[in-house]
Order: sequence, then C-alpha cells, then structure tokens
Amino acid sequence: MTTPEPLLAVRELSVVFDTRDTALLALDHVSFDIRAGEILGVVGESGAGKSLTGTAIIGLLDAPGRISGGEILLDGQRIDNLPPEAMRALRGRCIGAIFQDPLTSLHPMLTIGDQLIETIRVHLPLDQVAARRRALDLLHQVGIPGAETRIDHYPHQFSGGMRQRVVIALALAGEPKLIIADEPTTALDVSIQAQITTLLKGLCRDHGASVMLVTHDMGVIAETADRVAVMYAGRIIEMGPVQAVTRAPRHPYTRGLMASIPSMQVRSSTLHQIEGSMPRLNAIPAGCAFNPRCEWASARCRTEKPMLEAGAHGVACWHPVGGSAHG
Amino acid sequence: MADRETALHVEDVACYFDVSPSWLTRVLQRSPRLILRAVDGVTFSVPRGKTFSVVGESGCGKSTLARMVVGLQAPTSGTMAFTPQEKANGIPAPPRLQMIFQDPYASLNPRWRVGDIIAEPIHELKLIEGEAKIQARIGSLLGTVGLSPADAIRFPHEFSGGQRQRISIARALATEADFLVCDEPTSALDVSVQAQILNLMRRLQDEFGLTYLFISHNLSVVRHMSDEIAIMYLGRFVETGPAEQVFSDPRHPYTRLLLETIPNVEAPNRARRPMSGEVPSPIAPPSGCPFHPRCALAEDRCRTERPSLSGAGRQVACHLSTDA
Repeated sequence: MTTPEPLLAVRELSVVFDTRDTALLALDHVSFDIRAGEILGVVGESGAGKSLTGTAIIGLLDAPGRISGGEILLDGQRIDNLPPEAMRALRGRCIGAIFQDPLTSLHPMLTIGDQLIETIRVHLPLDQVAARRRALDLLHQVGIPGAETRIDHYPHQFSGGMRQRVVIALALAGEPKLIIADEPTTALDVSIQAQITTLLKGLCRDHGASVMLVTHDMGVIAETADRVAVMYAGRIIEMGPVQAVTRAPRHPYTRGLMASIPSMQVRSSTLHQIEGSMPRLNAIPAGCAFNPRCEWASARCRTEKPMLEAGAHGVACWHPVGGSAHG
Repeated sequence: MADRETALHVEDVACYFDVSPSWLTRVLQRSPRLILRAVDGVTFSVPRGKTFSVVGESGCGKSTLARMVVGLQAPTSGTMAFTPQEKANGIPAPPRLQMIFQDPYASLNPRWRVGDIIAEPIHELKLIEGEAKIQARIGSLLGTVGLSPADAIRFPHEFSGGQRQRISIARALATEADFLVCDEPTSALDVSVQAQILNLMRRLQDEFGLTYLFISHNLSVVRHMSDEIAIMYLGRFVETGPAEQVFSDPRHPYTRLLLETIPNVEAPNRARRPMSGEVPSPIAPPSGCPFHPRCALAEDRCRTERPSLSGAGRQVACHLSTDA
C-alpha cells in the first residue's frame, strides 16, 4: 500500500464526545487511505460514525465532539491540528463538501450565480467577469440545462436533483483534490440518483479528484465506489475492493447487511435479519462490538477487540467468513 | 364488480388541488386558476389478504392516494368501496382500516407512554371492557410485534427507529384492523432494521390475514412485499399487474427505466442510460402521454394522444406496448 503516496491518509483517528461524567468514544482508531482519483465508499447504519469521519476530516467537528487521537494527512501534510483560519482556507480549496440536503446547503436569498462567484473568488484569483465565466462553466459541467439563464435563479426555483447539481458545482468551485460527499443522493428520487452518481464518477475521471462517498445505501456504493469501508459502532470492520466486499463479505456484520437487502432477482419468503440493533455509544460491549448480535461469537470475541487486518481486503474479526490469519 | 375476494375497489378516483394565487392576485395579474391533478382517473382492486403496492417517485400522487383510501383526504371524484367481510361475531362489516406512517419519530406522541399509545384506539372504539383486560391485550400486542410487555411503561424516545415502527404496528393492530395502509413504512430505517420490519409485516399478514396497501419508492422492498403492483407517474397508473410479471417483464418504458436505474448490489454497473430529465410538474403535465418528454421511444402519437390503461390482468398505458 506504500507505492503511490495517498492523497488522504487517516491514521488511528479517534473522536470523543465529552459529557458531564465521561467521554464517549464515537470514532475508535479509524485508519484508511484515499488515493488520487479514487472513490472510497463508507457505509454503515445511522450512528456508526460514517458522517462523523467526514466531518472530522473537513474540520467541522463541533463541541462537545473533539479529535482525541490520531492524525489526518492531506498530501502528506497534517491537517487535523491546523488553526481554524488555516483550516478555513483549506476547506473549499483543497477539500470540497457535498451534504445530504441540497436545500439547506444553499443560501435561499442569493442567486446560485452569486453563491458560485463568491466561492470562486474566495479560492481563486479571478475578477468578477472571469469568476462568472467559470461559474457558467461549472454549471455546464454538472449538466444544468440553460445555464446562462439559470445562473441568475434562486435555489427555490430549482428541483431537488438540479439543486444537488448546484451544490456539486459549488464543491468543485475551488478545484479541490478531495470531495467529501455525505449521502449526496439520499434525498433524491431513484431516477435522479443515477444521474448524480454518474456525474460524480465522471468528475472523478475528468478532474482526477478523489471522493469519499458516505452513504447507507449499499447499492449506490456498489455502483459508484472503487473501494468500500464498512463501519460499525465507530470502527471500520471491513475494507476492500467493492466487488470483493459486496460479493464475498468476510465480516459477519457485512454478510448480514448484504443478506438483509431485499433482492431484485428472486423473491424469498423471509429476509435475513440481524437480531437486535447497533449499541449506543455509552453501551458498546467489550471485545468485538458486534459480538452480542453475532452467531459465531466465541469467548475471545467478548473480551478481546479484533483489529482491522492490513491488506487489500481486510477485516476486523476473530472468525471471519472464509478464515484468515486471525482464525 | 367487487366480489368477496376483493377487500377494496377503487373506481376512477381523482384528487385535484386548487393551487391558484389569491383572487386579488389573479385579477391584478390576470393569472389563471391553477389546478394540481395529484391523482387522476385511478382504478384498482386490492385482493383480500394480499399486498397491493403503489410505486412512484416523489410527487407522483402515491401518498395522496393512500390518504384518500384511509379517508384523510376527500376525493374530487370517483368511488371507493370496501367489501364487507364476516367478523369474529359472524356479522359482516367493512374492514377496519389503519395507517402506518413513514416517520416513526413524528407519528407517536412523545408525551405518552407506549402503553397509553396502544390503548387509545382500544378505549376509543370500546373494543375491550376492563382495565386489566386492556393491559393484558397491550402486553400481548407488544409481544406480537417483538417487543417486551414491560416496554408499555416507557416513552417513545427510549426506542430506536425500528422499535418505534413496531409500536406503530402494534397500535394499528390494537384496533383489530384487517386492512393496513402503509406509507413508506421502512424508508426512514436502516437496511438491517428494514429487514426486521418487513419480516414482521409478512409474518403478521400470514398470521392475521391482513390486507396491505403498500406505498413505496423502493422497488426492491416492493418486490419483496407485493402480490400486485401499480407503477404511478404524474397522478396516473402507467402499469399494473402481478408483481412477479411486472418485475420479470416490464412493459412500460417508465417501469423499464425505473428498474434499470436503481442501484443494485447484485448487478452493479449494468449497461444503461440514466433517465434524463425530471418528473414534470403535475400543474402543467405534458400533452399526450405524460412520460413522452423523458421517453426514448416516443413518437408523434405519444405527444398528442394520451394512452389509457389497457389489457386484462396486466395493464399498460403505452401506445407502443399494445402489440406486446
């Protein structure tokens, strides 16, 4: 994994939430790399820590949450300990962000042209005219028809899918090398979803940008990502090439997750279900966090925490499907 | 028309909303009245003990249809008839209807204990006399949906999304309902929890002979649940039929595109064209076939003449599929 320098390297990142009595560990030693031009999918259920990972990387973690350990390196430079001013310059210029709800990420009182031009001029040394030209160019790239007239419209005049395209154009405005896309298609209809994922893939290919795609939808990941990291209770429990993880999942949780998706091909009488639910932050079990719900759990799983193994398709489990060095 | 095996027959039902500006604005700006046709000319039958699903994108009118069936919204025209069925006491009565909503965080009163939430319909409909018997019923209902009878004294905020949806189901069952209208019951839930709820709904259907009208935009969920399916686009059904047939042999171009575009873990990156364009506004629907601006196969006839649902069993509203 050392050959090309990764664009983003997250090393043993931990995030805690300080409460009155104790600090709750929300991210527990999360490590991963994103190479240039790569789309890394991050999946998990609500509360698994996938959005939190993205928030920590762009430095938008709010109190009482704070990074308690580990480092985040962008192009070999540490960015997790930068002062707020430096981080703000980095955001938008080096890291772009796309959030779930396109309506709340746009200013309702400014035309989308004003918002794009403002963002462009903050990050790039362009005058008003050149910035407007670039804004138009961006709107063309994200596929907004009639960009010349649409640029002077307000967000409410756009449909959900078109608004998400505007948000993507905004994220691209500073020509960032890394885009954090947090559930970019969740608020959209299926027919629009496919348009947006195709667009993201195209942008990755054309601009060489890397994308961290956070979603709970395995289908979107399977269609879009190159590699995928599966999160459970604040840890990455399986990571590998998307084909390998979706076709031959090795962690019992990933396996259960894949089996619980209703199939489009065959109709079965019952779906596979994982009993119980993900533990809350204040009640994460000792050992492997998944052990109370796991059918293969042994005594070791209840006491000893498995680490994510290195390698192309790693898993954090004492008894992975198909066996391994851990077994 | 409606035989004993039909639980609900809906005939040519429509729902229009007047979204015109105020009369003063209309006079001053000479703007016309605007009518939003949320549901237009929809006819279908729901077989008893089966699941009838309505699928479509946001704004296609599927939730309005569900609200009309439960009586939360009056139809502008058309009729809906429930077939009486024999109850436990031997007297035929129309089926008892309940609705399960999408958001389990908004559909339960946060200030009420779970037991009181479930007991309310029992009190209201005077189904059971005596507090002890009611408590026993609440306990057994909670057991039926996979919760513990001890959960009755807790408040909704103490439960996760999936557990709250179980409480909604218990509340619906408390009325001895036999017809459940489920409006996106799992779309607020995670996949592993969704599987639990879908399994529970299937089990309850087998156990109590429930009839479901299932509203969803998620095709794989619909495929798992449905016996009959209707694909809705801009307030009209474009294709209906047995779920197996619609999924294995979709005939309407919209159904085909919908099936092609959903992200699928089993067959990612199929060769496909993402559907271009967006759903047009139901205030000014396109002339002719409402799908023609997005349809790759559209011909002149599609732009002028609206196709009607035709066929027996399998019905398709498309000029080009009549030969099929």
